[in-house]
Amino acid sequence: MDKNIFTAGSYDVIVVGAGHAGVEAALAAARIGCQTLLATLSMDNIAMMPCNPSVGGPAKGHLVRELDALGGEMGVNADKTCIQFRMLNTGKGPAVHALRAQADKKLYQYTMKETCEKTENLDVKQILIDKLLVEDGVVKGVQVETGEIYTGKAVIMATGTYLKGRIIIGEHTYTGGPNGQRAAMKFSDSLQAAGVKLMRFKTGTPARVDARTLDYDKMEIQPGDEECRNFSFMSDTVTREQTPCWLTYTNEETHKILRDNMHRAPMANGIIEGIGPRYCPSIETKILRFPDKQRHQLFLEPEGLHTNEVYVQGMSTSMPMDVQLEFLHTIPGLEHAKVMRAGYAIEYDCIDPTQLKPTLEFKAIKGFFSAGQANGTSGYEEAAAQGIIAGINAAMFVKGEESLVLKRSDAYIGVLIDDLVTKGTSEPYRIMTSRAEYRLLLRQDNADARLTPLGRRVGLVQDDRWERFTQKQGAIKEAMEYLRKNSINPTQEIKEKLSAAGIEPIRNATSFYELLRRPEVDYAKLQSVFDLPELADEVRQQVEISITYEGYIQKQLEQVEHMEKLEEKLLPEDIDYSQVPSLRDEGREKLAKIRPRSVGQASRISGVSPADISVLLVWLEQQRRLGR
Amino acid sequence: MQQSDTISAIATAQGEGGIGIIRISGEKAIEVADTVFRAASGRKLADYETQRAVFGHIVDADEETVDEAMVLLMRAPHSYTKEDVVELQCHGGVMPLRKTLSLTWQAGARPAERGEFTKRAFLNGRLDLMQAQAVMDVISAKTKKSLKMASGHLSGHFSAGIKAMRHEILGMIAHLEAAIDFPEDEVDDVVTDDVERNVVEVRNKIRKLLKTANTGRILRDGLMTAIVGKPNVGKSSLLNALLREERAIVTDIPGTTRDSIEEYANIGGVPLRIIDTAGIRATDDVVEQIGVDKARAYVDKASLVLALFDGSREFMEEDEEILSLIEGKEALVLLNKTDLNEVLSVEMLAERTKAPVIAISTVTEHGLDELAAAITKKVYDSGLADSDEGGFVNDERQVEILRRTDEHLAAALRTIGAGMGLDFISIDLRSAWEKLGELTGETVGEDIINEIFSKFCIGK
Repeated sequence: MDKNIFTAGSYDVIVVGAGHAGVEAALAAARIGCQTLLATLSMDNIAMMPCNPSVGGPAKGHLVRELDALGGEMGVNADKTCIQFRMLNTGKGPAVHALRAQADKKLYQYTMKETCEKTENLDVKQILIDKLLVEDGVVKGVQVETGEIYTGKAVIMATGTYLKGRIIIGEHTYTGGPNGQRAAMKFSDSLQAAGVKLMRFKTGTPARVDARTLDYDKMEIQPGDEECRNFSFMSDTVTREQTPCWLTYTNEETHKILRDNMHRAPMANGIIEGIGPRYCPSIETKILRFPDKQRHQLFLEPEGLHTNEVYVQGMSTSMPMDVQLEFLHTIPGLEHAKVMRAGYAIEYDCIDPTQLKPTLEFKAIKGFFSAGQANGTSGYEEAAAQGIIAGINAAMFVKGEESLVLKRSDAYIGVLIDDLVTKGTSEPYRIMTSRAEYRLLLRQDNADARLTPLGRRVGLVQDDRWERFTQKQGAIKEAMEYLRKNSINPTQEIKEKLSAAGIEPIRNATSFYELLRRPEVDYAKLQSVFDLPELADEVRQQVEISITYEGYIQKQLEQVEHMEKLEEKLLPEDIDYSQVPSLRDEGREKLAKIRPRSVGQASRISGVSPADISVLLVWLEQQRRLGR
Repeated sequence: MQQSDTISAIATAQGEGGIGIIRISGEKAIEVADTVFRAASGRKLADYETQRAVFGHIVDADEETVDEAMVLLMRAPHSYTKEDVVELQCHGGVMPLRKTLSLTWQAGARPAERGEFTKRAFLNGRLDLMQAQAVMDVISAKTKKSLKMASGHLSGHFSAGIKAMRHEILGMIAHLEAAIDFPEDEVDDVVTDDVERNVVEVRNKIRKLLKTANTGRILRDGLMTAIVGKPNVGKSSLLNALLREERAIVTDIPGTTRDSIEEYANIGGVPLRIIDTAGIRATDDVVEQIGVDKARAYVDKASLVLALFDGSREFMEEDEEILSLIEGKEALVLLNKTDLNEVLSVEMLAERTKAPVIAISTVTEHGLDELAAAITKKVYDSGLADSDEGGFVNDERQVEILRRTDEHLAAALRTIGAGMGLDFISIDLRSAWEKLGELTGETVGEDIINEIFSKFCIGK
C-alpha cells in the first residue's frame, strides 16, 4: 500500500545531514534568523567523528580558525572537548604554524548536539530523507521515507558518506553508513532525476584497539604542548589536562603478511570501485606504492576519556578480518592487542562539485546548496568550512541579500571552495597549505582580522565577539603607531642598553619599528631594556609578525593585487562560449561546463590555456567597445 | 574578430631555391585563392577536400597566366594557424611571386604583419609561447647555424633544458611542502644545506644559459659590422670578397616593405650584417670622401669593426684616427694589399693597437680564412665554443625571465642564510619555478601536490 504523503511543516532552510558540514550550515542559517530544519539519520550521532579523533593540523587548523572568525562552532566545540593540543610546524615560519587537537569523540558530539538543540530557530529531527523536491529548476523541499514533506525555500545537502553507502571489510560487504548506521539509499536517485551528476568515492578507517591490551613500554610517548592554546577567538581556557598519544612502527613482518594477502585486498580483487584519497592511503596501498620503505609510522590515539578504544592512525585498511588481526599483532606494543572495531572501507555517492557556484548553490537548481564530504572532500574541517558558507548563503538567498564568496586571498576556505568549483576533484579533496598561493597572508594567527568583519556583515558575529575583536585591532594599531613614532639615538646610554639586550648597535636615530625588523630583535628583548608599553600576547604576536616579515607580506600583497585585476573582470552569466571565436575546443568545452564568474577563475580551470585567456580578454574588450 | 580576416604573405625567404610559397590564412583564404588560381582539373578549390595538393596556374585579372603553381589546401583546424589556409607554391622566381602576392591582395586578402601567422597559431592554441617564438626565429634564421639554433628551440631542445631545471626546483618545493603539510609523517627532514647546494647548481645552469644569450642574439639578428678605413684602402673589395662567400644570403625581410636592402655575409656560420653596403659601394670608383665623421657613426652602431689599412702605403694621420676610433671596440685590424710591396708591416701595426692584426689581400683572397676564424672566435668566445647550439638563449624576453628566476633563487639562498623558516624558502623557490614556467608557457597546476604524493608516503 502506498504510504500517506503529507506536508508536515515548512522552513526557510532545510539541512539534510547533521555531520560537521550539516551542523555548521544549520547553526549559521538559524543564527542569522532563518527558520531551519536539521535532518539527521540518528539523534545520537550528530557531529560524529567516524574516523580519527583529531581536529586541525596544517591548513585544517587554519580552516577551524577561519570558521571561528566567521562565527562558526567547530573551534568553540573543540576547545571545550579536546584532550590534547599541539602546535605543529613551529620552526617552519609563522604562516604554517598549525594547531592540532585530539578530541574526546563522544564529548565532542554531545556538546555539539546540545548547542544545536539550544539554538533558536533550529529544529533537529531524526528523519531519513528519500527525495529532493524540485520544480522548474527551483528547490521546493524534501520528502521523508515515512511520507512527510517539509517545504523549504532553500535546501542544503550535507549527506557525507551516507548516499548508497557500502561498507567493505575484506570479502564481506554490506550497505550502510559508518559505525553501523543506516545508509540513505534513495536520495541520490532523486538527485540524478533532478539532473545532478554523481561520482563514487571511497575512504577508509583503521581498527580501534583496547587500551588495556597495549604494551606502552614498547612505544614512544607523544605528549601535548605545555602551553595551553585554543582554536576559538572567544575561548578563555588557560589550563587543560592533556592525554598523550603513542608512536610505534610497522616492520618487515607486517609488510610480508600484507603482501602475502594482497590478492584478498578489496581494491585488488575489484570489490572496491570508488576512488580513494592519496593522502589517506590504506596500509595495503602504502606497501604497494612504496615497496622500499621498511617501516611505516603509526600513532595510537585515545578516542576519549571514558572509553578504552584507541585509534590506530596510519593503519587504515579494508583487509579481511583474519589478516587485520594477524598484521596488527606484529607491531611492537600491539602484540596482544584486542580489536574492538574492525577497520573498513566505505564507498559512497557524492556530487561533482563543478556543478556548484562559489556560493555552493547548484548552478542549475535555484535554492539548492551542497556542502561537505558530499562535495567530494574529506576531513571534518573541510566539511565544516563548506557547511558554514552554504548555511550563510542559503540564509542570504532566503533573505534576498548579497551572498558571501571568499577569495583565495581571503581565506583557506576561499581556496578550498574555489578549487572544488573550478577544478573539481578526482579523489576525496583535502586542504593543504601548499594549495594556497598567498599563504603568508592566510595565517592561522590573523584569521580573526581577515574574517570577523565578514562574519559581522552576514549577522553571525555577536556583539561580545565584535567588541573583543575591535579592541584587539585597536590595540595592534596603537602599538604599531607607538613603535613607528618613538625612536632612540646612538648615545652611550642607549649603546649600553642595546648591548645588554644582545642587540647590534645603531648608527643613527632609529625607531623601535625599524629595530624590530632585524631578525635578531623581538619585542621582549626591547622591553627588557626600554620602557615600552605592555602588550597582550596576541597583540604583540601580530605586531612582531607584521614587522618582521613585512617584505614578504608586501610581496604577496602585490601578487594579490595583480591577480585581483583578473578576478575583477567578470564574465557575463549568460555568455555563450560557442560564440566566442578562436577558443580551442577543449577550452571552450571547459568554460561552458564550469561557467566561471571571472577571468581569474577561468584561468584556473584545467584545460583552459593561456591562449584561451588571451582570446577571452580580447573578446571581452571587443564586447565592451561594442557597448554590450 | 581580428583573427578571422584574411592575410597573405610570401612565406619563404626570397632569392633562395626555386620555389616560393605564398601563404593565405583566414576566413576567405579559399575564396581568395580561387580568384587567382585555375586548377588544371577545371574544379574550384572550394570543391576539394582538406589536405589536398592541386596543380594549376596563377592568373591575373585578365586571365593571363602569371606562373605555374602547386596549391596546398588546408581547411580549419587542420592547418598551421588553425584557420583555413591555402599555400601557393610558385615556381617562377621573385618577380612572378611578387606579382602573385599582389593579386591575392586585390582578391581580398591583406598583407600579413610580421609574425602574424605565428601569432594566430599561438592565439588559436596551436603553439606554446616558446614554440611560437622559435618559429619566428626559423623564419628569419640567417645562416645554417642560426637555423639549427632555431630548430633546437622548436623541437623542444631548449624547452627540455628549462623543464629539467624546473623539475629540479619542483623536487625541492615538494620536499619542503611535504614537510610543512605533513609534519607528523615520515618525511625526511629538510636539510637546508642540501637545498642550498641544489639551488646553487640550478643557478649555475641559468648563468651558463645567460652567458649564451649574447651569442644567441648574434646568430639570430646578425652581427652588426662596420668596415672602416681611409680612402682606397679596399673597403668595397673586402665587402665583395665577404659577400662572395657561397652561402651569402641577400634578402629583404619577408612580409615587410623596406627601402634599403640589408646584406648578410655568412662567415663561418656567423651572419655579418654589414652597415651601409650601398654607401661603401657608391664610393667604389670615385675618389671618395667617407670622412672620419661618417666612420665614427659606423663604429658607434657596430658590434664588430673591421678596420682596414693599406700595407703598400705609409702609416698616415688618417690611419691614426681610425685606430683611435676602434679603441675599446670589438675590432679586427686588417692589413690589406699583402700582394703588393710591403711598406707597413703587421708588426708595425700591432705596436699601435691591442686588436688582433691580420694580413689579407682582397685580390688574392689571402688571409680571408684567417679572418673568418677570427670572427667566429670572437662570437663564440662569449662563453660557449663547445656548447650545443640548441641551448642558446636568443631573445630579450628569455634573458629577462632567466634573470628574474636567478634573482628569486638568490633570494632563496639569502633566506636560508638568514635562518628563516622552511615556508619562506618555499616561497622563493615557488617564485623561481613559476617564473621559469613563463618560458615554456606552462601554467601552474596541481604539479606540486602531485609531486608530494608521488615522492612521499603520507597519510593517516
